[in-house]
Amino acid sequence: MSRHVVCPAAELPPGARKVVVVDGREIGVFNVEGRLHALLNRCPHGGAAICSGVVTGLSQSSGPGDYRLERRGEFLRCPWHGWEFDMATGQSWCDPRRTRVRSFEVKLEAGSDLVMGPYVAERYQVTVEDAYIVVDL
Amino acid sequence: MNAPFIEQKGRQTLAVVDCDIHPAHRTPGELLPYLEPRWREHYETHGVHVRQALPSALMYPRMMAAGMRADSLPEKGGPAGSDLDLLRRQHLDPVNVEFGLLMALSKGGMEERNPGLAAALSRATNDWQIDRWVREEPRLRAGIVVPQEFPEAAVAEIERCAGDRRYVQIMLSSRPSDPLGHRRYWPIYEAAERAGLPIGLHPVGYNGGHPSTGSGWPTFYLQEHYVFVACMEALASSLIVEGVFERFPKLKVVLVEGGFGWAPALAWRMDKHFEKFRKEVAHLRRRPSEYLREHIWWTTQPIEEPAQARHIVEIIDWIGWDRLLYSSDYPHWDYDNPSFAFKFPMTEAQRRMIFRDNAMALYRLA
Repeated sequence: MSRHVVCPAAELPPGARKVVVVDGREIGVFNVEGRLHALLNRCPHGGAAICSGVVTGLSQSSGPGDYRLERRGEFLRCPWHGWEFDMATGQSWCDPRRTRVRSFEVKLEAGSDLVMGPYVAERYQVTVEDAYIVVDL
Repeated sequence: MNAPFIEQKGRQTLAVVDCDIHPAHRTPGELLPYLEPRWREHYETHGVHVRQALPSALMYPRMMAAGMRADSLPEKGGPAGSDLDLLRRQHLDPVNVEFGLLMALSKGGMEERNPGLAAALSRATNDWQIDRWVREEPRLRAGIVVPQEFPEAAVAEIERCAGDRRYVQIMLSSRPSDPLGHRRYWPIYEAAERAGLPIGLHPVGYNGGHPSTGSGWPTFYLQEHYVFVACMEALASSLIVEGVFERFPKLKVVLVEGGFGWAPALAWRMDKHFEKFRKEVAHLRRRPSEYLREHIWWTTQPIEEPAQARHIVEIIDWIGWDRLLYSSDYPHWDYDNPSFAFKFPMTEAQRRMIFRDNAMALYRLA
């Protein structure tokens, strides 16, 4: 496993996303209301670059005439066929048993911890004063 | 498991022929320079008059961004499908498209009610396809749009275009005023056979005129998406039973975006009673399934995804692997990428037939 600094935290405020290339792989990094997610930018269903999709919730119903949008901000909807994936786990809502978008551990780390570590800084000069988004591969 | 799909390369190595690409106008006035002055003035003053309900009643956005792949809007503006450069970068190059067949749906005259305007819009759309797309991108081929409700004018347009090999088929809407086996459409088939061009049937957006199912209007888009099948079934049986293929034995018809899983069931049902109904349809000399298998080709998108992948293989075994043609439907939301969409086992020979060789032969693309 290798750890990669993908950007300073200031570049990924809540509501923002970035597609970064780590070890030759395109990975979308999301900040949804402070929760960080990192997903491979490839839909396992149809092959789309999924990380340009809409961040959404689930439409739920107890029967005809009742519609609720729940778990807002927890799902990523693919820009082609609309398959929805749980951003925390990568699990598919449409085919939970067999289909999963690859997800990676992602954390906010203080620069003071990073400058010591066995980390691979992709493009950033890490400074002690700032915080960074770090993805584990 | 999904691992094999993730690990597949992003680029398609086998060259493909894509039988369904939708080019769009960059601006609402894009067709004007291609219209004769008399019809340009008419178009600007009165607009088109197609069989549709109130514009605000149109069933969009249809799942995604106005029915389009949400990532297909050109950076420089304009609607999805209007930017040739983006079509190349997003589809033709990475998917390795050797030939791409245009299906020009917008304001083509197929559904226009005014006969003169329908003919003028068809001419303009055909010239526009060549001028803006095929001339610029040699991998693309045009389909002849015709004013199909006015067969005499449709024949004139087929004859105007047919000598030019950049046009590889004749396009008809699968939402006609009458079932397409009706004799008033036969001059179109005669002209198609004479020109040696297949007929491509494609659903055109608005379902005007008739409810889109035989028993009324659907409530949800999920139903509407499915009814492309219902209209294709009605047209296939109409062409067969009314005797179109008996009269025009060289006619070839491609059903685009209407599915194919239903083909065996339709044929079984028609064959079952054929002998008993012989007196009613004495003009048919062969069983309905024989016309279906000999004269009809099917595009793949949106490919079915049954839980048991082998079920789809059995259906294709029945239809014939030489009858299926890969199509993407770019830039529409239910786009099929050839590297990912086909989740059933195929031999290398079958893959080559579906993705390339069947279309190369049918459309004489080589």
